Amino acid sequence: MDNPIDYINIAGNKPKGKRPYFFDDPAVERVLNITMAVSMELAVARERVDTLERLLEAKGVLTREEITAYTPTSKKIETERQLWHSEYISRILRVIQQSMEELEQPDKSLQEIAEDINKM
Amino acid sequence: MAAKNLPPTYDHIAHHEVFPQTTHDEKARYNFLASLNKHLAHVSQGNALAFKNRVQPGFKKEHGRDFETKEELGDAMAKDQHYQTWSALRRCTMEMRQQAGRSLTYRQAQELTDKVNKLNEGKSSLILDEEVSPPPYLLAVDNHIMPGSYHTELFEGDVSNAANYDGGLFVTTAGLLGRYSDGGGKAISQWVKDNHPDFSPKRILDIGCGMGHNTLPIAKMYPDAEVIGIDTGRPMLRYGHARAMALGYDNVKFMQVEASKMPFEDESFDWIQTTMFLHETGGKSIYNIMKEIYRCLAPGGLTMHIEQPQYTDDMTMYEKWIRDWDAFNNSEPYWSKMHDIDPKELMVECGFNADTFMQIGAQAINDLDDGTQKADEPEDHGRSPIWNVFGAWKK
Repeated sequence: MDNPIDYINIAGNKPKGKRPYFFDDPAVERVLNITMAVSMELAVARERVDTLERLLEAKGVLTREEITAYTPTSKKIETERQLWHSEYISRILRVIQQSMEELEQPDKSLQEIAEDINKM
Repeated sequence: MAAKNLPPTYDHIAHHEVFPQTTHDEKARYNFLASLNKHLAHVSQGNALAFKNRVQPGFKKEHGRDFETKEELGDAMAKDQHYQTWSALRRCTMEMRQQAGRSLTYRQAQELTDKVNKLNEGKSSLILDEEVSPPPYLLAVDNHIMPGSYHTELFEGDVSNAANYDGGLFVTTAGLLGRYSDGGGKAISQWVKDNHPDFSPKRILDIGCGMGHNTLPIAKMYPDAEVIGIDTGRPMLRYGHARAMALGYDNVKFMQVEASKMPFEDESFDWIQTTMFLHETGGKSIYNIMKEIYRCLAPGGLTMHIEQPQYTDDMTMYEKWIRDWDAFNNSEPYWSKMHDIDPKELMVECGFNADTFMQIGAQAINDLDDGTQKADEPEDHGRSPIWNVFGAWKK
């Protein structure tokens, strides 16, 4: 069935009236809003995993105790799992990595670079 | 681990033919948001603590006196870190609730419209009037920060916002209004039945009925009465009518009518009800509407209005101020002004006799309550389904 509207965009519309911000810096509040949305999606994923575990248990595929008691059975598996954590953490803390890189290597602004390039 | 204050899961909400379908993850999103709302009710208790232990002493120290106005108090609280954090989280939660509801209803917008149209087709109990437009006070704001409010149709026959409202009430109140979100309508009809067993209204009007969730319990309690719900939001009326059809009601009509200009004859109703409606009107309109209620009510008739608690003299300045939070930050601005109106004076000015004025407290009748929700429930201003009800009999 054809959906007449762009529901992904529509879902996020702003209501009438200037949006109230409560923190002194609105940027902090925007970050909080994004963080809370991500928290919600984690809860959603967690509920889905719970559903899967319960269904698998009900069908006799495995028990939840087996999941709780699971430990990696090889160095390869351990490495795969730890690598995933490493990637994940780097991904979510990207902005801190970049500010440290800038501390190490102070950089020109793009306006300044534009001026430089203009002379090149 | 003691399981208390757990909201029911979204699986317990009642479904009907036009109720929006939800996927596993959409339900999980609502479960998260209902729990978050419950949690924030506890976080909100820190505001009073911050005020008492930090903000008020700080102000006194600096100025050598206590707060003199709500504005002064509000300016000082706005700088408090706990208040900032709670407010930011609460606003964020309400926006997430709208986003979650809109994404799931607009995704199935055409299907919802088709189902509603099928149930409404050829029915004389749905009376739409294109001449009636939403009053200015409804166009000025998106109540409850629902973009598009009650009247917007993004395409012919769109009912998405009504469906969003129907499914989302559960989240906002963490399930405290019951399976059909009809705890308010149930409370008032039960009160009337219990306290006035001889009152048998033949014609009942519910003003600002929206999708009719509080209209239907009245129709159920008085099955021999003709019950009419009026509203200016066409999507709400279309959806509400289809919802009533789907739930098997045959004594309810839905009409597109503006409350301050009702096309009904003088003295033609025995009971005129509003539920959480008056605080979404305006400073002049509330008087015009009450005068219309007086005109349309038959002698011996009853009018009752379920509302947020009014300000009382024994409320502290802090409490009056925090009660306005939703007015400004959940876009129900007239609520902040209506607090100052004395309901008795309002009714007397519009024709009612002061002797017949009454004011009662009411709490939602919640068929979702399984006993796990009541322990240590903090007062969450503007969210708890505990209301002030005022009204009068017409002599």
